[in-house]
Amino acid sequence: MESLVRRSRARAFSIAAAGLVIALLAMHRVGQGQGRANQPPPSPRAAAPFDPTGYWSSLITQNWRLRMVPPAKGDYIGIPISAAGKKAADAWDRAKDEAIGNQCKAYGAPGLMNLPTHLGITWQDDSTLRVVTDYGTQTRLLHFGNWTPPEPRKRSRQGNSVAVWASRRGGRGGAPSARYLRITTTDLLSGYLRKNGVPYGENASLLEYVDLFKEPNGAAIVVWTAVVDDPANLETPYVISSQFKKQPDASGWDPTPCSAGW
Amino acid sequence: MRRRISTAIVVVAATSALMPAQGLPNPDGIELSGSWAARNFTDAIGNMPGGGPRPVDYMGIPLNDGGRAWSLIYSQSQISMPERICDYYAPTYIAIGPMGLRIWPQSELLTGFTTAWMIGGWADFVPITIWMDGRPHPSKYAAHEKSGFTTGVWEDDVLVTYTTHMEAGMIRRNGVPSSDQATMTARFSRHDDVLTITARIDDPTYLTEPYYLTRSFALTRAPLNPATYPCTVTNEGVEAERVPHYNPGQNPFVDELTKLYGIPQEAVLGGAETALPAFRKKIKDKYVQPSKCVSVPASTCGGPGTYPPID
Repeated sequence: MESLVRRSRARAFSIAAAGLVIALLAMHRVGQGQGRANQPPPSPRAAAPFDPTGYWSSLITQNWRLRMVPPAKGDYIGIPISAAGKKAADAWDRAKDEAIGNQCKAYGAPGLMNLPTHLGITWQDDSTLRVVTDYGTQTRLLHFGNWTPPEPRKRSRQGNSVAVWASRRGGRGGAPSARYLRITTTDLLSGYLRKNGVPYGENASLLEYVDLFKEPNGAAIVVWTAVVDDPANLETPYVISSQFKKQPDASGWDPTPCSAGW
Repeated sequence: MRRRISTAIVVVAATSALMPAQGLPNPDGIELSGSWAARNFTDAIGNMPGGGPRPVDYMGIPLNDGGRAWSLIYSQSQISMPERICDYYAPTYIAIGPMGLRIWPQSELLTGFTTAWMIGGWADFVPITIWMDGRPHPSKYAAHEKSGFTTGVWEDDVLVTYTTHMEAGMIRRNGVPSSDQATMTARFSRHDDVLTITARIDDPTYLTEPYYLTRSFALTRAPLNPATYPCTVTNEGVEAERVPHYNPGQNPFVDELTKLYGIPQEAVLGGAETALPAFRKKIKDKYVQPSKCVSVPASTCGGPGTYPPID
């Protein structure tokens, strides 16, 4: 009888000890979270959920005749062009653009990623991602953190881009690895969404989402989705995705200047 | 008494350490449920409603010689044959079709566990089931079906699906074939209220390398019907016991895109290199830019009203 009581006490003690260990572990987890909160946040470069740097090549498997070669004047299929936008595009004059040095109007940020290009992506510093295209030799700077455009604001082909590693859960949690690159671009000069003069205006907004997918064989694909909103020239936001395949090196890099034609 | 207290300590500690505050754990991944309106700008030609792309337009597709030869003997009249009238409607149609999507989870009523994601809203195709419960794909000897067999997993809040056991079909709606050995990996990536699907089609029979396609959708409040009548075999008047086709070397559309759009034939006939920027150099001196857009059936010039806003 006494041994039974002793055994029962021993079991009770074991259960209590196990409970204490679990409770301490839980407290330790909470404490760890608080400790992290007191540390400075990692730089955007250190916090990157994926490595976007390196050389990438467009994969033009869709809308080929509208992207790989300059389409005919008046070919607006695939763009929700408005009546005002169509009027402007119908009046597009390639020779005039060339004469006044406007060859780069189709290479602005809203249309750039959909062109047949290679991308060279590097970190300019811990908070700035630099994206260079060989087609048209354009440079986009994607600023993370609390960066604000310098005053007075200046418009440009690539505008001012603010980037963030965003959660698919709308900022409410999710693993750090589940984030994607979200880019908001303002201060754009007017330009073309397509090389045949389909216009966007200075008040166009550009929001971009960038994912990187790794394949089981080690290949990597970047999918760059852009949402262009321009009520003056578009009837509805223009949502378009472009795909890029990771290149082993810079051997395909072929810088070519802007062209209003080819 | 002491034992009861100890047991209570264990239960409370384990609960606080291992379970979220609201009881049952939340389902994995992110919310995909809803009606998603197609925004067919990325592939306005391939996803165009109606007849789809022009007959011989293989640009950007990594076809091998067999795939190209099979494509060239195809006649669009084949889909009027009772035996082939439903050929489009394989899971690959999510990447090549024009439709929007209705997505919903199939959950266990007691636990909320998502056993499958369902995708409907397809024209002429029954909803596709994406099994999320870890079940294996059928044996390689199992029968292939029109619906294929699809499983899914969440990878970093992106739903990654894998489809096998499809029947032979098409990867472009102008007769570019897919074999029954083809597989599709699709990634459903949601950002705000935009859903982008990236599909990778592998086919050792007709492709030299994976074929990547993307489509984007916008969340809409106007509900899409989750189900429509599946493709039904009817008589469209095609002569019995005859397969409409073109003999090798006799496809009358082989130079159509060259005439309409000035695109050299080496581009029209596709192949992996046609998808790469470097290919432009090969055709620079051969391409003849048309002076103006010419509308032909299934390839209009677009314009206002072509893509109405969504609700």
